[in-house]
Amino acid sequence: MNTPIVPTQKYTTKDFQTDQDVRWCPGCGDYSILAQTQRVFPELGIPKEKIVFVSGIGCSSRFPYYMNTYGFHGIHGRAAAIATGLKLSRPDLSVWVTTGDGDGMSIGGNHFIHACRRNIGIKILLFNNQIYGLTKGQFSPTSVEGQITKSTPYGNIDHPFNPLLLALGTEATFVARTLDRDPKNMQYVIKRAAEHNGTAFVEIYQNCNVFNDGAFELWTEKGTKDDNVVVLENGLPMIFGKNKDKGVRLNGFSPDVVSLTDGKYSVNDLIIHNEKDPMLAFIIAGMSNNPALPRPIGIVHAIEKPTYESLIQKQIDTLTAKQGEGNLEKLFNHGQTWEIK
Amino acid sequence: MKRGTQRLDELTILFAGDSGDGMQLTGGQFTITSAFVGNDLATFPDYPAEIRAPAGTLFGVSGFQIHFGATEIRTPGDQCDCMVVMNPAALKVNLKCLKEGGSIIANTDSFNEKFLKLAGFTSNPLEDESLGRYQVYSVPITKLTQNALNDLNLSQKHIDRTKNFFALGLTYWMYNRPMEPTLNWIKEKFAKTPEFVEANTRVLKAGHAYGETTELFTVRYEIKPAQLPKGKYRSITGNEATAWGLIAASVKSKLELFLGSYPITPASEILHELAKYKNFKIRTFQAEDEIAGISSAIGASFGGALGATTTSGPGMALKTEAMGLAVMLELPLIIVDVQRGGPSTGLPTKTEQADLLQSVYGRNSEAPIPVLAASSPTDCFDTTYEAARIALKYMTPVIVLTDGYIANGAEPWHIPSIDDLLDLTPKFETNPENFQPYRRDPVTLTRPWAIPGTRGLEHRIGGLEKDNLSGNISYDPDNHDYMVKIRTKKVENIANDIPLAQTDGDGSGELLVVSWGGTYGSVNSAVHNKRSEGLSVSHMHLRYLNPLPNNLGQILNNFKQILVPEINLGQLVKILRDKYLVSAIGFNVVRGLPLRALEIEETIDELIKRG
Repeated sequence: MNTPIVPTQKYTTKDFQTDQDVRWCPGCGDYSILAQTQRVFPELGIPKEKIVFVSGIGCSSRFPYYMNTYGFHGIHGRAAAIATGLKLSRPDLSVWVTTGDGDGMSIGGNHFIHACRRNIGIKILLFNNQIYGLTKGQFSPTSVEGQITKSTPYGNIDHPFNPLLLALGTEATFVARTLDRDPKNMQYVIKRAAEHNGTAFVEIYQNCNVFNDGAFELWTEKGTKDDNVVVLENGLPMIFGKNKDKGVRLNGFSPDVVSLTDGKYSVNDLIIHNEKDPMLAFIIAGMSNNPALPRPIGIVHAIEKPTYESLIQKQIDTLTAKQGEGNLEKLFNHGQTWEIK
Repeated sequence: MKRGTQRLDELTILFAGDSGDGMQLTGGQFTITSAFVGNDLATFPDYPAEIRAPAGTLFGVSGFQIHFGATEIRTPGDQCDCMVVMNPAALKVNLKCLKEGGSIIANTDSFNEKFLKLAGFTSNPLEDESLGRYQVYSVPITKLTQNALNDLNLSQKHIDRTKNFFALGLTYWMYNRPMEPTLNWIKEKFAKTPEFVEANTRVLKAGHAYGETTELFTVRYEIKPAQLPKGKYRSITGNEATAWGLIAASVKSKLELFLGSYPITPASEILHELAKYKNFKIRTFQAEDEIAGISSAIGASFGGALGATTTSGPGMALKTEAMGLAVMLELPLIIVDVQRGGPSTGLPTKTEQADLLQSVYGRNSEAPIPVLAASSPTDCFDTTYEAARIALKYMTPVIVLTDGYIANGAEPWHIPSIDDLLDLTPKFETNPENFQPYRRDPVTLTRPWAIPGTRGLEHRIGGLEKDNLSGNISYDPDNHDYMVKIRTKKVENIANDIPLAQTDGDGSGELLVVSWGGTYGSVNSAVHNKRSEGLSVSHMHLRYLNPLPNNLGQILNNFKQILVPEINLGQLVKILRDKYLVSAIGFNVVRGLPLRALEIEETIDELIKRG
């Protein structure tokens, strides 16, 4: 082999760029996701040839063409299923799925929930722009009620999925959210997803500046972000606000916003984030359904559970230890046979 | 009274009863025992879609027919010589299949008012004159079973469940079969519950002894072993053979087998069988749906595994889009379709061969896929193995068609020598110098298989049209035209790498009967029977349906008439007319059952008479 062997620690962002023209619309949030991914991958310590990006159909699904790793652009909705087969037969690979709210939540919803519940070691990045972009502007399963789109001229009457709650409903072991306009948080979340053992699900709020511009601006723009986003940090109280003057506390089972300056509540009254607490994860994920509450970003939930591929391997090892490696001769001749002389 | 033994060349027996009476198990044991004594045989399990249909009903009747003999056996028999009926409904449903003068062994205990009425009898056929043309043996099987188990502390339910073994024991006596294979099976099966070993053993022996001691039966029959080629044999069903074909292909290609599959009748047994053999490093993935089944297999294949998916008609429909993806990606994949009655849910437990056009043509755009069909239970092994060879050599999905009849049916399998199985080891691309994912081998027209983990070969593939070398997305009109044609040419070229078609009989003459798939046995018997009467008729059976063998057109032109019997409304016949412009005619019956040799013979007679 003539290629120079590149030590993985020496990778740079450039090593993950391809010669393909990136064909997203100028100003699309996908550019940021690509940039953060290419920035963070050199730090993962995974040889490039061991990484595979798998996608379905949609704007987000062009992603694999732009990553200089192995890539597989599949068919609509089936990326999680394709990635499942790849990861099960090749547990040594780092397998990533890039999908969107149409591809992953609508046509591919079934594969998404089953991948999550099985805890297969694939990483799913959901580019959520609350719209169908590639088909030019129909509502998606995450479009908000009342949203005017090409296929809902009088307003969307579909109730949207909350992707985090959907993932938690499958008892997914890693659930996180990040923003296209928050590179630092995105890099952190992607890195954690990469390190997670099992299915890692990351919802990324991604602006479609052509068909649904500004859908997330309350949470991404400088002027409003601080007062409307709470960044989750494991073991720390849920504080937010430009002056770090607000917090989220539990009132019964419901989260509440409290002021830290009016003397009524202190930091000690706030929810301490715990990535490992499944009930808390539901409460935090559910906050997105209440406009009075800040939008949580970061790692919502992260626990360790045996992966599907490790359980298969265990069965293979156990049976092999008991019966020896598979032998065709033995298989063909076991049980009742007879000889014709 | 002196009782004689009569020697027979071949015989067809049917076990029929409620779907909860254990008829499939009984038939299976009779099969294994008959195979064990060296008879050639063919079986036809026929059961309802309901797991436990209400007792005594006509639609709940489950049957297992075995045709066995000292001669070559090609079909499970058009008609039976003997039928064991566990209730009136079983008699009602199957009587039309009994030969004139045939024997009926009836469990008189279930010929009561309620069951007679459920079966639509106004009087008891065992007592009136209606069965005068047959030899009727009335045996109180339920009572005799109870008597045999009186002193055991078993529930009524468990006692009743063993009565099929009484019937089995009795038929073993009638047809001179040894009890050992079944006794051994009982010991193994119920190893953890000694009381069941005791009960089933006793009842089997009681049935045998009943034949020996009562004077009801005046004659026993003997069927000598068949003159099969020397070697070691076992009994195998089509679905087992398909599973083993995949295992063998995995071993001989040194690729780990990945099966992505979703349960569906009548294909599920392939998944069950493969799930057992984890020590062959087989990964069976019971997916969330049919689409995930094939998609996961394509993913595995991208990673360098031997990817396979197994299904039946409705599942084929769901997998269609992913098959197109596999064509575009040019990755090896084996798709097994165990055909069943359709359309839609159709007749899940019954056979049909109406997925041929779907397999050859049924995808959006130009998406050529090689299609092979198995002709018998044991041929499922060879056909699946051959499909793997083509898939790996030509980097293509391959469809294997079997059907409910051969999938569930069993026959003796001449166990192959492992060394005789062709080596299937593929060559993975490892050289990064000038690597192009879609650069083709000049002879096979296949692209290289470069799997993740290979340094320097990082590349992207996908369902969008690709540049003919780099595999990058290409919207160039001429490139698309080229790619559509080269994908088709690659599959057409496989015709140079498969055996030529052969005729059974003369290479030319008055009539050629062309068949494919599970109708092989019926058609071959029909042609042999007619040839022995001196008619100018030959048989050609096709395993390769896409591409077709190179010499096919030439052979077709050597005959004045061409007949194509199929369990569909004429699918192969359409392809033959289209490709070779011949005036072939079809013989088409779509009952969910195998074709009868007799009706094919009648059609042959008619055509030859007409000239």
